[in-house]
Amino acid sequence: MSETAKTDVVNCKGLSLTFETADGPVNALSDINLQISHGEFVSFIGPSGCGKTTLLRTIADLEKSTGGSITVHGGSPEQARLNREYGYVFQASALYPWRTIEQNVALPLEIMGLAKTERTARVAKNLELVDLLGFDKKFPWQLSGGMQQRVSIARALCLEPELLLMDEPFGALDEIVRDHLNEQLLRLWDKTDKTVVFVTHSIPEAVFLSTRIVVMSPRPGRIIDVIESGLPKDRTLDIRESQEFLDVAHRVREGLRAGHSYDN
Amino acid sequence: MTTDNKVMTSGGWTSRFLAGNTGPVMIVTLLIGVIWYAGAIYMNAPWQIDKFERAKIDWTVGNLIEETLKQDRPILPAPHQILVEMNKTIFGKKITSKRSLVFHTWVTLSSTLLGFTIGTLLGCLLAVGIVHMAALEKSLMPWVISSQTIPILAIAPMVIVVLGAIGLKGLIPKAIISTYLCFFPVTIGMVKGLRSPNLLQMDLIRTYSASNWQTFWMLRFPSSIPFLFASLKVAIAASLVGAIVGEMPTGAQAGLGARLLAGSYYGQTIQIWSALITAATVAAVMVSLVGLTEKLTLKHMGMRR
Repeated sequence: MSETAKTDVVNCKGLSLTFETADGPVNALSDINLQISHGEFVSFIGPSGCGKTTLLRTIADLEKSTGGSITVHGGSPEQARLNREYGYVFQASALYPWRTIEQNVALPLEIMGLAKTERTARVAKNLELVDLLGFDKKFPWQLSGGMQQRVSIARALCLEPELLLMDEPFGALDEIVRDHLNEQLLRLWDKTDKTVVFVTHSIPEAVFLSTRIVVMSPRPGRIIDVIESGLPKDRTLDIRESQEFLDVAHRVREGLRAGHSYDN
Repeated sequence: MTTDNKVMTSGGWTSRFLAGNTGPVMIVTLLIGVIWYAGAIYMNAPWQIDKFERAKIDWTVGNLIEETLKQDRPILPAPHQILVEMNKTIFGKKITSKRSLVFHTWVTLSSTLLGFTIGTLLGCLLAVGIVHMAALEKSLMPWVISSQTIPILAIAPMVIVVLGAIGLKGLIPKAIISTYLCFFPVTIGMVKGLRSPNLLQMDLIRTYSASNWQTFWMLRFPSSIPFLFASLKVAIAASLVGAIVGEMPTGAQAGLGARLLAGSYYGQTIQIWSALITAATVAAVMVSLVGLTEKLTLKHMGMRR
């Protein structure tokens, strides 16, 4: 394990998480075994309640596991959080309404205590990356939903983390904006050599973006299939018409269906 | 004002008049005026009739109405009598004179503002404590709430007497009574405001492993600003009430409260009413100043209204 720990970004062994609720314990995650290596783009897909967001939050130390083990960059998730080793993008942009776009992106840098010149440089660089230069002095409400979500991506990138955790970041956006952002995200991942863990409930999104797709199922939340996708790294949206793409999508759909049959 | 464009197209001047701000305000003011005059005539009439009959004067309804609106110590003074008195005591006297309403208003206002400042600081401090320490919520909140169930009229004289005994007189004791009334809305509003960041905003700052201090300054405090202003509007009015009540047991030295008390000793109803109207005006001005500050602050913070 110690040899692999260096290249392993995330390593879960028999991980489980049980929430104690008024109606009794809920098994949000049960016996999760998963290894994510550097440079991968891994998607968690599954119906609501399958624990995909909970798993991502556990990696981010926003939830605590109740059984098994989990390491992030070889240490505990808490250490990773305290060292600011990951950037997290939420379902909604979670911009602070009283801060301008520039100030929102600079928030993590202010918390880190970076000098002003360094902050300005990093903010400009990352706003350019998400194609939002020139909006730095605007307030969040002056931007569309898609632009706000791009700001939140720039904010996560600002920390320059090796690991990017994204929780249905484009879920609330319309199809066209979503396609566009998917393509941009893929370019970004290709360019920056980051590891991305991505939660979604859209099959095309998962297949288009990922190197590996983790299919999950609810009650208890568990992994039922892990699908490797051999799509080339420099793919474009056109690839969605190709046979390879459709084959992978088909396997994901089959997996999701198999997960559901346990319920009935 | 913003409705003007819409209204222009909607037809006759009556509907335009009623749709704006000015129309309804004027109608309500007019209505209050009519009721007030009617009340003044009705309430002051018995004394006037008595007077006429003792003097064996033949009187008509016209005479009666005229005289009821001219009495020196009416039961209910007419609005114009109050305005004349206010004009005389506000503009007609040197502001250093004890007969000037400006002098008395300043006395009250200074302790109102001092009490408001202390109360706001105290309220914020309590809220910060309550939000950050669960034990403080349990131990402080019952006291905060029960402090407001005791009538201020019962507490004010005690505060004045106790503080007087240790040599504190004038401004400070009154300001403390104002503080007592106005820290409460600030505490309640700020507790709510400091807790207003949503889960997402809290999770976000957690992923940056921000300290409690950073979470406070970068998230909790800015989120609480709209709540703070809502509380301040209540607090400043309450603070004025506190100052006026605080002036009553001091042996009627100075201030609007003293004017009220002196007026009631000597049956000077016109003086009482002009002090009341002045106090109400001061309160309205202070509340709208807080409102204006709120608007500017929120605009500056990009929180559209």
